[in-house]
Amino acid sequence: MVSVNPELVGRTFPPAQPYLVGREKVREFSRAVFATNPVHHDPDAARAAGYDDVVAPPTFAVVVQEATLAQLLNEPDAGIDFSRVVHGEQSFTYDRPIVAGDELTATLTVTSVKTLGGNAMVTAQSTMNDAEGEHVVTATSTLVVRGDDA
Amino acid sequence: MTAAPATALEVGAVVAERDVHITRDSLVRYAGASGDFNPIHYRDDVAASVGLPGVLAHGMLTMGIAVQPVAEWLGDSGWVAGYGVRFTRPVVVDPEQGATVGIVAKVATVDEDGRPKRIDLTVTAAGQTVLGKAQVTVVFR
Repeated sequence: MVSVNPELVGRTFPPAQPYLVGREKVREFSRAVFATNPVHHDPDAARAAGYDDVVAPPTFAVVVQEATLAQLLNEPDAGIDFSRVVHGEQSFTYDRPIVAGDELTATLTVTSVKTLGGNAMVTAQSTMNDAEGEHVVTATSTLVVRGDDA
Repeated sequence: MTAAPATALEVGAVVAERDVHITRDSLVRYAGASGDFNPIHYRDDVAASVGLPGVLAHGMLTMGIAVQPVAEWLGDSGWVAGYGVRFTRPVVVDPEQGATVGIVAKVATVDEDGRPKRIDLTVTAAGQTVLGKAQVTVVFR
């Protein structure tokens, strides 16, 4: 059995350092996920489509989310052994696309801890707001922490 | 502009279909772009030492690639407002042959005008499904 602390449920971590979305980072990430639409690469194309700058692909939010997952994994009383963690599920819910120039602040809350067949499943959502405090995207991850015999 | 959203579609209609070939180079590129430098995604010895059948694609790379056919189909007429997957099987990336990710995107639900609201993805590699419950929520502009 694994010993993820069930009292993590409902815990909200301090907001991570704001993440400034850079144009070149969006282009680099877009190339890496084979995103070819000019709105991801060309600011003029993005403006013509109604955006302020190049648009990040749908899974880009994971880059911003990462710092909050590190908070969870490093939490002293969480009981999560990183070497046993497997990514089980991932989702993103957007109010608007992320664009270069956004300054996003992510705040993680643990929403569920379950035990299933000797494994623990920890679900955490990271809420990302822009510099005006408006919600942009919520990224939700389920991490599977494998038990000793799994 | 794509003509697709102007056309009413039936549930089950295929809106996009594509095979994407990835190589170890793709994994290194994604590691740098995403900041996920877990060595199981580029080192055979580390992958073997933890019992894996080989170097694996990042799940988030597979997820990121799998949504692109839908994003391109939407073009500038809409955007992806929601996207979720389960990582059900790893994608093993051979050092010489790479791996091919197959993507089929089908309409799952439509609005009253017949425009898709949710599009479901079937994502396979080496003949097996690698993402479960891969669902894309689209919004037209």
